[in-house]
Amino acid sequence: MTSTPTTQAVPMPAPRAVGCPFSPPPAYTEAAATAALTRASLPDGESCWLATGYAEVRAILSDRRFSADARHPAFPMLVANRRELIIENPSFIRLDDPEHARQRRMVTGDFLVKRVEAMRPDIQQIVDEALDRMTDGRTEADLVAEFALPVPSLVICLLLGVPYEDRDRFQGLSRTLLSKHGSAEEVRAAFDELSEYLGGLVADKREQPGDDILSRLAVRDDLTPDDIASTGVLLLVAGHETTANMISLSTALLLEQPEQIALLADPATLPGAVEELLRHLTIVDTGLPRVALEDVELGGTVIKAGEGVIALLSTANQDENLFGGADRRPADELDLGRDARRHMAFGFGVHQCLGQPLARAELQIALATLFRRLPGLRLAATPDKLEFRSETLIYGMRSLPVTW
Amino acid sequence: MQVSVDRDRCCSSGMCVMNAPDIFEQDDQDSLVRLRQTEFEPAQFAVLRLAADLCPGGAISVTEEDAVEAAPAKDAG
Repeated sequence: MTSTPTTQAVPMPAPRAVGCPFSPPPAYTEAAATAALTRASLPDGESCWLATGYAEVRAILSDRRFSADARHPAFPMLVANRRELIIENPSFIRLDDPEHARQRRMVTGDFLVKRVEAMRPDIQQIVDEALDRMTDGRTEADLVAEFALPVPSLVICLLLGVPYEDRDRFQGLSRTLLSKHGSAEEVRAAFDELSEYLGGLVADKREQPGDDILSRLAVRDDLTPDDIASTGVLLLVAGHETTANMISLSTALLLEQPEQIALLADPATLPGAVEELLRHLTIVDTGLPRVALEDVELGGTVIKAGEGVIALLSTANQDENLFGGADRRPADELDLGRDARRHMAFGFGVHQCLGQPLARAELQIALATLFRRLPGLRLAATPDKLEFRSETLIYGMRSLPVTW
Repeated sequence: MQVSVDRDRCCSSGMCVMNAPDIFEQDDQDSLVRLRQTEFEPAQFAVLRLAADLCPGGAISVTEEDAVEAAPAKDAG
């Protein structure tokens, strides 16, 4: 009781401001300006701590006294009525070590930096072919449907061994799983259908293995079919929806600030520019939930054992001391020349995104190629008509009409 | 500067290899971090500090030589 702050709890998840689609919800930035550690109210009526400062978010995510295990009754749920589904089918992002490490390490070999580097020619080909199709005999297209979503979908299909012809099915199911508003029944049905679909592929691959992740998982005798299904769902969903939204949001944002696009054309500045886009856009904008297993003091405040906390990545990534500077734009603006390498858009701690080398390679290749091949790229709608996706746990765009 | 890696803490994020590919690598067998060098030039110190700072699992430790030298030499004499 003594540690409860007097500021009002921030309702999670909060909406973005009309007209500011690339900035975090004002409720989060206002909370961050007030205190690095404050309170949040959750959709199921519960409340928990809310960490908004860079140091606090980093400390929470790298401290094993904060658990990612959703089976804990005080684990904060960012969406109401999802607890049972997550508890029954936890992927390894909702488990602690050593079980988390055991399952994660079964797929780390496929995301090694050198493995991803070796995939660059394949990714380049996928990007080029998507642009060939998009521009063939046309001068206008929806960049989400024709480029931003197909590119990462094709890449993850190749890596997992999932037929791309089934994209309508798995893309729709992914979106339901990421929805903030779907009923428990809808979400459970989507999970069951997707894991059944992947289970069927795994059974086939056990008979006839290919050179892909599902085949490698299928032949292991230390994984249950449920483990394989939950890992497959995790990789498939996280593998395309995230990068797709980064491509579309980055493109829309850069078309507003075309003077910065030049930094994507130079191979020396391209990787740093992509880090800045990742930092500035921080598409996992609802933050990462944890629960304290012991009393932990954080900047003079004690988070007690059994209390939940949400580590908010978007506000942490706007830390002026880390990302500002006299020769740079303020941290709440895009500045592709900034050193953004300390951003936590992929999280931090042992759960930090496994696919980040792949995401970086896809974003570097997709954005550099898009602006190189289509130097006249521009919006085919007024900025106020663009449709952003705020109904899912990963922020993004529903469509992006462009012309060139 | 002395650098050590704790492979038990490695979560294979690849951050070290991305930022300092000359110094760190990921093992082909278990995907965990390995050092490619044991001796480091002053020109590498900044990127080593960055790699230690950015390692999400806290698997990379750097010890500045100054700190080692300033500490009482237990075995002296």
